Amino acid sequence: MTDRGGVVAAATGAEALTTELPVGRPTGWWGMVMFVATEATLFACLLGSYFYLRFQYGPQWPPPGIEDPTLLKPLVMTAILVPSSLPVMWAERGIRHGQRRRLRLGMAATLLMGTTFLLLQGTEYDEKLHMFSLTTNAYGSLFYVITGFHGLHVLVGLTMIGWLLVASLRGGSFGAHRHDRVRNVAIYWHFVDTVWVAILFTIYLSPRL
Amino acid sequence: MSTTTGTPPGVGRDDLERLTEHWEEPRSLRAWFTTVDHKKIGRRYLVTAGFFFALAGLGALTMRTQLARPEAEVLSPQEYNQLFTMHGTAMIFLFATPMLFGFGNFLVPLMIGSRDMAFPRLNAFGYWVFLFAGLFMWASLPFGAAPNNGWFAYAPLNDVRNNPGLHMDVYALGLLFLGISTTAGAINFIVTALKLRAPGMSLNRVPLFVWAIVATAFMVIFALPALNTDNALLFLDRRFGAHFFDPSHGGNVLLWQHLFWIFGHPDVYIIVMPALGIVSAVLPAFTRRGVVGYPLIVLAIVAISIISFGVWVHHMFATGLPQLSYSFFSAASTIITIPSGIQIFAWLATMLLGRLVLRAPLLFVIGFIVTFVLGGFTGAMFALTAFDQQVTDSYFVVAHFHYVLVGGAVFPILAGIYYWLPKMTGRMYHEGLARWAFWLFFTGMHVTFFPMHLYGLFGMPRRVYTYRGDLGWNGWNLVSTIGAYLLAVSLLLVLIGVVHAVRRGRPAPADPWDGDSLEWSTASPPEPYNFPVIPQVHSLHPAWDERTVESTSSGATEDRILSHGRRTLFTSELDARPERAVRMPEPTFKPLVLAGALLVFFVAMLLAWYPVAVAAVAAVAATVAAWLWPTRRPDEELGVAS
Repeated sequence: MTDRGGVVAAATGAEALTTELPVGRPTGWWGMVMFVATEATLFACLLGSYFYLRFQYGPQWPPPGIEDPTLLKPLVMTAILVPSSLPVMWAERGIRHGQRRRLRLGMAATLLMGTTFLLLQGTEYDEKLHMFSLTTNAYGSLFYVITGFHGLHVLVGLTMIGWLLVASLRGGSFGAHRHDRVRNVAIYWHFVDTVWVAILFTIYLSPRL
Repeated sequence: MSTTTGTPPGVGRDDLERLTEHWEEPRSLRAWFTTVDHKKIGRRYLVTAGFFFALAGLGALTMRTQLARPEAEVLSPQEYNQLFTMHGTAMIFLFATPMLFGFGNFLVPLMIGSRDMAFPRLNAFGYWVFLFAGLFMWASLPFGAAPNNGWFAYAPLNDVRNNPGLHMDVYALGLLFLGISTTAGAINFIVTALKLRAPGMSLNRVPLFVWAIVATAFMVIFALPALNTDNALLFLDRRFGAHFFDPSHGGNVLLWQHLFWIFGHPDVYIIVMPALGIVSAVLPAFTRRGVVGYPLIVLAIVAISIISFGVWVHHMFATGLPQLSYSFFSAASTIITIPSGIQIFAWLATMLLGRLVLRAPLLFVIGFIVTFVLGGFTGAMFALTAFDQQVTDSYFVVAHFHYVLVGGAVFPILAGIYYWLPKMTGRMYHEGLARWAFWLFFTGMHVTFFPMHLYGLFGMPRRVYTYRGDLGWNGWNLVSTIGAYLLAVSLLLVLIGVVHAVRRGRPAPADPWDGDSLEWSTASPPEPYNFPVIPQVHSLHPAWDERTVESTSSGATEDRILSHGRRTLFTSELDARPERAVRMPEPTFKPLVLAGALLVFFVAMLLAWYPVAVAAVAAVAATVAAWLWPTRRPDEELGVAS
């Protein structure tokens, strides 16, 4: 397949060079996918540790003195966090067509929903800390470390989204030809949402099975 | 600065001038700290890992001196504990993997016909983190606060009640810190190999070394999180009173072992796999033919990297797990010898069918095969649960893994050093000195470690700082110590050989070995832009293939010269069809600043200066935000509609 002045020339001609029109998957996309893969493995290890300690512990789980986790608040949190991916998708589609307004609105909406999630998690910790803490027993350690580690990821995701919002408000940052960063943040945010579902199942639903 | 090959036909003088202008970095202190050139970073990885290897080796020499005779008092038990822990930890984490990543950094872009790695700044960042994490861990030794619990740091001996002081905090934080570098490097290798291959280098033309590095990188992606989880939980247990490994509060000590070996066994292959890749890269030049069974070797590499995740329990045969799980892991551990065997037989067939050129790199490859097969043989013995339970925690195990790791990693690394030294430095090494180094190293290796099989079977446990004189181990221990000094002398000869080559060696031609892969079509050392013309690859052995060679001379086209700006070519993942030319990043201080902020964070966590740690996190976030901040462009270029 010799290509002398064919496809390559088309992709490297004067116009293409000034804009670097996206052709194929960019390196940033692959980088983010690999990063999310390794992060997902990290969560898998944490959730695996939860089940390992649980099944090694004995029949009563959570241990005596700790009630089964209540479901109302985590379900509300789920109902806020999981749909928060929708504005991100809407914003990403928008900027792919060069619509900056949609990018800004979508990011602002997600920022709001994610922050609400973190505030709710804060109030949940406030309630739980009366019952048990990180140092009470292995159950407490697992509960706070797994949910806290996820909360940290939400915080990092929100920082990214805030950063995108600021960059897009400045202008001259994103458009139909340049939105790799938007796509990468979107991948990360979808990941943070998806992991929450696994955590909801493990921490909140599985003790009731 | 280099012995160039002259102006290649097909490339104009003005093209070369433009390429130099865009890619060359000035020789200044500033340039030293800001470089993003994969060749410089690769060499730094090699030198730094070599330095940590020397420290860990000197530690081993001190331990062998202590063990030369019974009840010696060269080292106190506490010092001995710290030395053997740092020896293992540094050899595994600070030498083997970074050394092979150094080869990868230098070679992968050259072998696939690219001008740099996919993420050059991330690459620089990875190096600085590796350097800082290594110094972070070694710096604890003079304070008597080095890790002291063995390289696998079993619970409950690693908890704060049984092991007070900073020792295991250094271990947990140091490895978490280092993990950032390893993960960044792995992602970079995968993306580089997927997107930056020269046009025409479809997956079935990718050099075996690159396959090995990519398979290793995938293992890192999926194995390292287990170690990171383990160390994070350990630090939380020790510092903040969590109970993951504390059975009195519902924790479980075996959780540590499971997580550790879910990482740890793939890690054996993370270390050995790129070294096997070096073997596959060295052989064609010295057998004058391609490696036999290329598709089989690729399949073996992929199979090993998958099966390696299913064998971890064979490190835990003595922990009282259910018998059924032993059977499964015993079977998996037996199966994994098949793809390893395929590679060995492919190399033997290559040597049998080829015409041998007996130079130092080939000698080290032959030394590798002999030693590694012996290590693999004792490995197959461990896959049998009953035998494993008899010799576990004895010197037999120490003998086994030194045969595997010295045989499987150090021999190929030494072969690689001699093989690529002309490419890296532009100088030839002294062949006589290299042969002396080989024979001393080979002898020293077997004199040191073979007796360990014996006194392991005679009952000597590993990790004891001394032993009584009436147990029948004295003579064999002395033999091991003599071997260790032989090893030290041989490695000193290697060092002298490298320094001699750099200082006095005769200039190396571009292709001293008549090698088959693309790095030999660049100058020695390569120009800052690697390739004046990015080649169009037509076969698995591009440097032996006339059409590929022609594509960079008379067949050079503008779309592969790319001399306007600092640019390289993206191609499609599977078939390497050209996609577009992309601009590569310029030198920058940001990677160094980011790594420095992380160093402050980890030191602050270690010493419990939490406000400083919070400030360091803010500095990390600010640096990343500035690093990735988009440059302002006109709306027409961005394509903005509203």
